[in-house]
Amino acid sequence: MLPRVFTVAARHEETADTFTLELLAEDAADLAFAPGQFNMLYAFGRGESAISISGDAAEPQRLVHTIRAVGTVTRALAELAPGAQLGVRGPYGTAWPLAAARGRDVVFVAGGIGLAPLRPAILEVLAARRDYGRVVLLYGARTPGDVLYAAEIARWRARGDIEIHVTVDAAGSDWRGNVGVVTQLVRRAGFDAAHALAMLCGPEIMMRYTVVELGRAGMSPNDVHVSLERNMKCAIAFCGHCQYGPEFICRDGPVFPYDRVARWFDAREL
Amino acid sequence: MSEDASAAPRYLERADFDRLLEALAARGYTVIGPRVEGGAIVYDELSTSAELPIGWGDEQEGGHYRLRRRGDAALFGYNLGPSAWKRHLHAPRVKLLEAARDADGRLRFERVPAPQPRRAFLGVRACELAAIGVQDRVLVDGAHVDPHYAARRESLFLVAVNCGQAAATCFCTSMETGPRVQGGHDLALTELLDASRHGFLVEAGSDAGAALLEALPTRAADAADIAAAGAAVANAAAGQVRQMAQAGIRDALYDRLEHPRWDEVASRCLSCANCTMVCPTCFCTTVEDVTDLSGEHAERWRRWDSCFTLDFTHLHGGPARTSAKSRYRQWLTHKLAGWHDQFGESGCVGCGRCITWCPVGIDITEEVAALRALPDPSANGAS
Repeated sequence: MLPRVFTVAARHEETADTFTLELLAEDAADLAFAPGQFNMLYAFGRGESAISISGDAAEPQRLVHTIRAVGTVTRALAELAPGAQLGVRGPYGTAWPLAAARGRDVVFVAGGIGLAPLRPAILEVLAARRDYGRVVLLYGARTPGDVLYAAEIARWRARGDIEIHVTVDAAGSDWRGNVGVVTQLVRRAGFDAAHALAMLCGPEIMMRYTVVELGRAGMSPNDVHVSLERNMKCAIAFCGHCQYGPEFICRDGPVFPYDRVARWFDAREL
Repeated sequence: MSEDASAAPRYLERADFDRLLEALAARGYTVIGPRVEGGAIVYDELSTSAELPIGWGDEQEGGHYRLRRRGDAALFGYNLGPSAWKRHLHAPRVKLLEAARDADGRLRFERVPAPQPRRAFLGVRACELAAIGVQDRVLVDGAHVDPHYAARRESLFLVAVNCGQAAATCFCTSMETGPRVQGGHDLALTELLDASRHGFLVEAGSDAGAALLEALPTRAADAADIAAAGAAVANAAAGQVRQMAQAGIRDALYDRLEHPRWDEVASRCLSCANCTMVCPTCFCTTVEDVTDLSGEHAERWRRWDSCFTLDFTHLHGGPARTSAKSRYRQWLTHKLAGWHDQFGESGCVGCGRCITWCPVGIDITEEVAALRALPDPSANGAS
């Protein structure tokens, strides 16, 4: 439960309320992780918050977290400038099923800041691109200004070996992209539903309807993986806060095969 | 332990009961046991048997608890008070770490060592022994070990007591946790009190218990002692008026997530969290971070929390469980269904504390029966 001390090496503004911290361990040891896992970040005197790791798993010496400033702890983290220190515990939780995805088409579906926990998986797939079939990224944000990693998405697009569709809920007349919910993009994407694996991260309502759309496209629920989020205090299945049906999201998730949690997905206020 | 220890119950006279306390003290144990405080039985430090609730019994019902004079000098003639042993093992407040930040903004963390008290619990009922086992599964038997609980648990000496009577709120027979102590104890006592005698049948449950028993002035228990002890426990079993059928309960609750009974119970539930505080197995905690006035020192404390609070599921965008219905449903389904998936057993031991200490008398056995009486109208293929 004792955090390690990390120092902010760089800070990037992503959107109006979202920023990325690059962190280096004071003890210089790597923080090895698998894409999909999260850390508990501690802001001095304010508390801890569970934040997914957004960096490249091939570079475990540099820890990267993309954070939305929405609460006491994340607002305190937002105030950290290069040189400032924070506490880090982790990594915790389950990973995206990248080994199982090898040789298959891969469909990433992200909503809002849900792209941040998917980024390490996308980086790993792109780094070993030949090991996978067709690769698709479907991404929905509230407005064009809320699109995360916009420059990086442009670079991914330029590679020509990943099909990317971005949509926003609302936009001005200068937006020439899609407007609407991300689920509408599923039918446009080119993938073989019988041999594909999908990884979803976003609001629960978005994931629920995406599962429906993927099913319509012919995908089996056990080929769909979702990343869930709940309040977490301990990250080691002691505090009880993150329970979702019988699952401790911190330990049994955050990444679940959809069929494992399908039973709970339709229950409200679970 | 050796079979010999369990095969040879002993008889200890009431007049010699303090030898037990002295033997524990001589072995370095601080004895914690039942006392009367504020009109209730609580577990606190004891040095002599005179401090036990001599002659007190209790009267319990939904939302009702009173101590009553029994008219005899029984040491263990009551059932359960509001406070479980949990308070002494999974402490209500624990300091987890200290952090310091210097003028340059550099951080340093210090682990707070877990105290390792050497303690004996005296008067642990069968249901409570089962509850300690349930918390062991949660806090020390998993992939992670809670060092604070483990340190308190490790050196513990457990003197259990077989119940000779049941409260109206007891249902340990349904949960198969009592009234006879089933294991995990060092010594088990059965109080034998009638016109001709006052003493205890004493059985060892561990080698440590057997060794301590040898040091006490006992005699071999005879057939009459053993029969009287059996009758006492049978009386506690026969006196249980509440039941909670366990067969199929996990799926029955999972199939009733939208059952109208949740709305009905929510109309009575105050979301006060009493049930979770008195429950001997509820383990949820939260953390509090504090800084001193200089802003250079911070502490992180863990304290008991309850799934009945709105804050419990707070996430950006608000709590996941806004309604009282969803919070009561979480507590009940976790306790009686999810626990089976998580830890391979029920999270309920049938102690009945949640019934007694609910200010509006909500009865878990009654709620489960009402839920199971009708299928969930919105569920497909509900069992």
